[in-house]
Amino acid sequence: MNGSKQLMAERTYQHFAAQTLVLSSVFLGLVPLIWFAISRGGIAAFRLDAGVWDVLVFTLEQAFLSMVLSAIPGLLIARALARQDFPGHAWLLRLFAVPTALPAIVVVLALTSIYGNRHLLGGWIELYGLGGILLAHVFFNLPLAVRLFYEASEQIAPENFRLSAQLSFTDRELFWHVEWPVFRNIVPRVSALIFLLCAASFVIVLTLGGPTATTLEVAIYQSLRLDFDIGRALTLALIQIVLCFGLVALSGRVMLQNVTHAGNQLFQRRYDGRGFGARFFDFTMIALGAFIVLPPLLALFSSGMTQIQISPQVLNAAGFSFGIGMISSCLALLLAWNIAQQSDWFSQGLALSALIVPPAVMATGWFILLRDFSDSVSVVIATIIALNALMALPFVISILAPAFERNRKKYDRLCAQLALSGWQKIRHIDLPLMTRPLVQSFLLAFILSIGDLTAITLLGNQGVVTLPSLIQIQMGHYRGSDAAGTAFLLAILSLICAWAAQKFGDAHDLD
Amino acid sequence: MKKILLTATMLLALGAVAQAKDVLTVYTYESFVGDYGPGAKIKAKFEETCDCEVKWVSLGDGVAVLNRLKLEGKDTKADVVLGLDTNLTAEAHDLGVFGKHGVDVSRAKVPGGWTDTEFLPYDYGHFAFVYNTELIKNPPNSLEELVNGDPKQKIALEDPRSSTPGLGFLLWMKSVYGDKAPEKWKVLKKRILITAPGWNEAYALFTKGEVSMVFSYVTSPAYHMIEEKTDKYQAANFVEGHYLQIEVAGVIEASPHKALAQKFMDFILTPGFQDNIPTINWMMPASATSAPLPSEFDKLVKPAKTLIYSPQEVNAHRRDWINEWFKAVNG
Amino acid sequence: MILIENAVFQKKKFSLGVDLHVKPQSFAAILGGSGAGKSTLLSIIAGFEDLGQGKLWLNGADMQHISPASRPVSMIFQDHNVFAHLSVWDNVALGVSPSLKLNAEQKAQVDAALVRVGLSQYATRKPGNISGGERQRVALARVVVRKRRILLLDEPFAALDPGLRHDMLDLVLDLRREHGLTVLMVTHQPEEALRAADEIIFVANGKVREPIASKTFFSMHDDGAIDSYLGKTR
Repeated sequence: MNGSKQLMAERTYQHFAAQTLVLSSVFLGLVPLIWFAISRGGIAAFRLDAGVWDVLVFTLEQAFLSMVLSAIPGLLIARALARQDFPGHAWLLRLFAVPTALPAIVVVLALTSIYGNRHLLGGWIELYGLGGILLAHVFFNLPLAVRLFYEASEQIAPENFRLSAQLSFTDRELFWHVEWPVFRNIVPRVSALIFLLCAASFVIVLTLGGPTATTLEVAIYQSLRLDFDIGRALTLALIQIVLCFGLVALSGRVMLQNVTHAGNQLFQRRYDGRGFGARFFDFTMIALGAFIVLPPLLALFSSGMTQIQISPQVLNAAGFSFGIGMISSCLALLLAWNIAQQSDWFSQGLALSALIVPPAVMATGWFILLRDFSDSVSVVIATIIALNALMALPFVISILAPAFERNRKKYDRLCAQLALSGWQKIRHIDLPLMTRPLVQSFLLAFILSIGDLTAITLLGNQGVVTLPSLIQIQMGHYRGSDAAGTAFLLAILSLICAWAAQKFGDAHDLD
Repeated sequence: MKKILLTATMLLALGAVAQAKDVLTVYTYESFVGDYGPGAKIKAKFEETCDCEVKWVSLGDGVAVLNRLKLEGKDTKADVVLGLDTNLTAEAHDLGVFGKHGVDVSRAKVPGGWTDTEFLPYDYGHFAFVYNTELIKNPPNSLEELVNGDPKQKIALEDPRSSTPGLGFLLWMKSVYGDKAPEKWKVLKKRILITAPGWNEAYALFTKGEVSMVFSYVTSPAYHMIEEKTDKYQAANFVEGHYLQIEVAGVIEASPHKALAQKFMDFILTPGFQDNIPTINWMMPASATSAPLPSEFDKLVKPAKTLIYSPQEVNAHRRDWINEWFKAVNG
Repeated sequence: MILIENAVFQKKKFSLGVDLHVKPQSFAAILGGSGAGKSTLLSIIAGFEDLGQGKLWLNGADMQHISPASRPVSMIFQDHNVFAHLSVWDNVALGVSPSLKLNAEQKAQVDAALVRVGLSQYATRKPGNISGGERQRVALARVVVRKRRILLLDEPFAALDPGLRHDMLDLVLDLRREHGLTVLMVTHQPEEALRAADEIIFVANGKVREPIASKTFFSMHDDGAIDSYLGKTR
């Protein structure tokens, strides 16, 4: 087992490099701010007021509810999609990739065309209030959860379904013996992701919730922006960091290591979910998912389709979005490649750091550090890319980590025996065997990046206009219909990417 | 290879020539520049008058510009800062980085006149409630009527914590009602459907038909009349008067291009700059334009009275007033 | 007894024609090159793949529309025959009751099966803590308690070393005798086939051939496909 030890040592070194990179970018965000706050106000700058408690309670309440409402139906819908086939199956999954790319205000507008006053389902749900916040969060995160869980269920060994069919497992027995052992590992991760996304939600919470709904993120933004009270912002950020890191550590404890692992030779074919009851339940769940996700998308498509215009500024923005998305996704994948192979809770927490540490805080810290270059376009683009990559990291890892775990169990000894390591191992073992998860995680990172508005809003643009920021600019100049066209383009772009990624993954699956 | 080297040298030489020109760095907010803002035209016009280059550095909005200055302090790269409003100038003054603008203040034509020698106005606009004439037949004639109006007719506001117009309305309420503002907020609360993080979101939801009225500017209907040829959206005229927003520019004292910066300040109150304000920035010009304003501007509401707090008052009370508002709407 | 008539299996570009008769309680080895369709044949018999056309009888009963669980078949794969989160005992007990609710008699059966395969001391362990050969013994113990008369083996011992493979094959032969099983085994080891199998089923060029007595198979000199599979040169 000498070779195995060498392999481990080499990996540890790579992990260390990736971890250091992520950790230092977080610290490079925090430390300059702390220094700034202390140099202006001393330790007294760090203080809290009474209102924080309410803010904390509301943040946790809405994030928890959004998480539960997205993750549980998400799991059931993913399971239904995995075991039922029907015309449009593939397109439904692709459409489920679109919400992730949409800026929050576009989603709010799309939701109002369905649930708003004087609209189709107006009055079905109290759009302005907690109900609307939850609806919007579920619209964003339910399809995300479905895709992540579906990806996980694809990793189940085909033999398991054959064996279950032979042993005449009921659907329930199959769930507990075959599916749950795989889901169990990813449920805490997906839940933590959704929870953090909702805790950091800003535009949705403010627009639909009004001043009653103040989350930690809103409070941080207010201190940082309006009051320019860096001490208070940092205190709030530290609360958020401690809270979220605690949650992540907790979810890491729930996570267990024995994953069933897939064989690659067989097609995954399922023999369960054939009874009437099971079909009824599955198609009800699928219909529910479609009912939540499709009507707002349809509204977005129908209002944007006629407004789309291919002007130089739209092309320019699409180009920037595409380029920034590509580079930051590659960067995210590169970092994730190394971090995803570690399963300790520290790495897990690190992977989520860009969601745990408020991006507003991180970006301000980076700015203080880079202020001498703040007018250089390339530095601004580089920072946007770095922030996007960090924000995509947790999503990429949630797809890659189970795939790595599976490969490691299957081939590590063989690789050690053959002295396959480093680039040779990546080229001959990891890349071919992980094409599908790699493509899927790249897609997710890309869609997140092209839809991102956080980085560009925080860092200023210097003429860098992406599709989401173009939407923002068009709306700011009364051009709501142009903005609808641009939003349509963004949605179509992400749909095409989802389609391409799936085709590419399928093509390489058959090898 | 030689060819590449040659090209590179030429490019470098060209760069050096470009560098030789004086570069005037102007911080401003995002929507002032870009494809829809007046920035590009103003830059071109000013560059005609000097052997120089204007470099726009755009940040989210006026507050983001101020925060950038707070982070940078005396090391700022700006020569000129354009896009603060009078609610921010007291704080900006306290940074101690601004010098005198050196322009004759009597040239600035803003309601109430102008005396500040540190900041110079380049445009202004009265806030107003814009309503959808298809949904509202009898618009409110006063703030009082708005507050006490039918709670079923919903309005959209902006959050004063994150938005400049949002803060504007908070100050409007305060300037009309003083200590009674919290109770009035409590009454008005029943009509508020949306308190959006920014003007963009509020106005988009308004044009979508979610609300019949939105907090915006007196000039907003001009856009719809000129660009969309529709009278559908109009502003309501309030007898108590309308709160005023004045957008200003200032010169950085330590700027290495101070003469050029002051030349730019002088340019601000000339038609070369002002012509781009009404129908591109959709605000009122702070001095004469070369041609009269389009006739649609005559149809806009002309506030009977202008309400405005001094920058010092806003700076002293803003935090308390926001807390007061927060308690009132959450009560 | 296994009887397949005029069957053609089709999946995408792959097609396999089957006409096959395997006598009761015989041991047939399935040989053929990689990708020839050996595993597919087992999947068809087990009911994991549907026949496009043709008939399949197992022990005299027509298997059309019969689910995998209702067929008189147990199948052991090369890997993944046990559930990692369940103990060895539970993994065997699944063969009696998928809900793991067993009466005293059934429990005794499970205990006996574990004794039979020599794993009684490992009953409480998880599969992760026993060797690969022992995991395959768990699967064999499950075959014992399931009491199905046809056993399909898909390269079950390929991952084991020769000595262990020899012992495992002996165990299969013993179980076959004790329980009167009909055994079909996919293998890549001709010497295994020669030692254990009465008959050889050869799969090549999209066809499953009728069984040939194993001694005859290995002494044949006139079949190009078999020769090239066995590496013989004329």
